[in-house]
Amino acid sequence: MPLTRSNWQRNKDGLGVWEHRGKVAVAGWGQSPIDRRWDGVSLDKTMGAYTMIAIQNALKDAGLTLDDVDGLLTSPDTRVGQTWAPRPYFEAPYDSEDGITLCSGEWIQKQMGMKNVKYIESNSQAMAGLMGHAAQAVGEGEAEVLVVWYPMGNLEGRYEQGATNVNSGTYTRGNAAFNAAWGYQSGAQMNALMVFEQYCRKYGYPIDGGLAPFAVNQRRNGLMTPWGFYAQHEPYQITEEDYINSRYESEPLRILDCDRPVMGVAAFVYTTAARAKDMRQKPVYILNHATASDPARSTMATLEEHQESCRRLGARMYEGSGLSAADVDVFNPYDGYLTFTQQFFEGFNWHGVKEGEAMDFYKGDMRVEGPHPFLSSGGNNGTGRTRSAIMSDCIEQLRGQAGGMGDGVQHPGAPNPGPRQIQIRHETALMGALTPGGATFLMFSTDPMAS
Amino acid sequence: MPKQIPVPMPEHKPFWDALNEHKLVVQRCTNASCSEPGRLRYPPEPKCDACGSDQFDWKQVEGKGHILEYFVVHDSRIKRMQVDQPFNLALITLDEDPGLNFLSNLPGTAPGQVPVGGAVELFFEPIVPVDDLDPACNPNQLIHEWRVI
Ligand SMILES: [Zn+2]
Repeated sequence: MPLTRSNWQRNKDGLGVWEHRGKVAVAGWGQSPIDRRWDGVSLDKTMGAYTMIAIQNALKDAGLTLDDVDGLLTSPDTRVGQTWAPRPYFEAPYDSEDGITLCSGEWIQKQMGMKNVKYIESNSQAMAGLMGHAAQAVGEGEAEVLVVWYPMGNLEGRYEQGATNVNSGTYTRGNAAFNAAWGYQSGAQMNALMVFEQYCRKYGYPIDGGLAPFAVNQRRNGLMTPWGFYAQHEPYQITEEDYINSRYESEPLRILDCDRPVMGVAAFVYTTAARAKDMRQKPVYILNHATASDPARSTMATLEEHQESCRRLGARMYEGSGLSAADVDVFNPYDGYLTFTQQFFEGFNWHGVKEGEAMDFYKGDMRVEGPHPFLSSGGNNGTGRTRSAIMSDCIEQLRGQAGGMGDGVQHPGAPNPGPRQIQIRHETALMGALTPGGATFLMFSTDPMAS
Repeated sequence: MPKQIPVPMPEHKPFWDALNEHKLVVQRCTNASCSEPGRLRYPPEPKCDACGSDQFDWKQVEGKGHILEYFVVHDSRIKRMQVDQPFNLALITLDEDPGLNFLSNLPGTAPGQVPVGGAVELFFEPIVPVDDLDPACNPNQLIHEWRVI
């Protein structure tokens, strides 16, 4: 059966071990520059231009050429907040959204002149769904060298308030009429915040301020990630006081709980285990992908619904990967808003953290050089909203290259491995996104037969 | 405070029309073999989440509820509401079925002074109309809102 945008998912209980466990690997990754915004003028800094850079870096990392690529997979969910239209476009190939605020497989194939591509999927899901989709596609033989990229964008102007954006209008239409009328705008932000507050009340944590150590540690890790936004553009540490003094977006959600929208692209080379073993880098094998998609019963999901969904997700991941919580070294759950990350902790029981205990974990030692390194790239919060940092970090940590640029080459100011390399065992990694109630996670390992 | 004005979809029109008669209605599954007979749903959905049936009627509910949680919006993306910042955004559970929840701005309650767990009652708030109102909208449309009692 041909793969569609969603039928690749392992989104049910009791599916057993993934049929392609250990037979698909990530053999390369590459990162573009990361800017705060696209300036609207520089055609060498568009989503298309940055995707080409990321792909070139990923292929170089894997030791491959454009002719080796036979598959392309990406997502249109680039989160730029608005389109370039109705402003005038540029000369081809920047004569439509594709290449500016989007970057499709068709556009890339043409611009980069890839001659051997037989599989293109430009309509995959947001992070991390597209990474699971890619794993299944290679497992099923759709492509043997599949390049996957995730562009994330940010234009000038206030986010999601451009002339054509629904937020700017007088009306609310369709299903949104049942929530936007009261000011609701985004589940990841608003529903997750309500659930976080329910969590704090239930387990006795302060509703405001308890995430300060987490935010500080995210920035610390991010500053050790040379390709990240903060390491490049704002290379200074924040303190808990900075966090407490940062402004409210939706009280108690502070601006430092929110990832910073940026313009950047990461690309990854997926291939079969058989081909990966002869490539330039040590392969990072995929042991499973698992999805939990559990819509709320009513207007907004509750704490109980999110906890139940994360428990399901954890059980599916461990069953399909053949590993248990105790086997997971690197742990990179999504942190686009810091308010929902604790749910993933508890669903996966990473480092023994149980329901209601994650906020206590944040008070302890979670430094990369300590015994419980957590979100070791700084995630989205610490590197800018790439959404791919959680994935790139898994590759770097399992290769033992964290802190370098990931290409095995020494870069100025970036020792390789750098100070970000975790000191505990780094043979397995678990990462995923987006939010509790709707997330895909992947398990990686240096050993295709890990048990 | 001026809310964005709902433009009813045809399948939701009975809901919005009922509000204009001071009635809050929710969908009720009428499939006799439903695993949870009479299961209610809000917001409206094409199918019952318990049995998958598309058979339903509209059931009026009293609208008494309790405040499950809230936060205070300081920096909304929604332009129409920015003039009223900061404002409360609360989640109300319905006493008749606490599995159903509704959003509310709790008019009359100061931002940040929301009694979580407290009781609320339903009322009907007029839209703040505009010139050249979309013809799909009723200029006298009422919106379901709650206030602390
Ligand atoms: Zn039913």
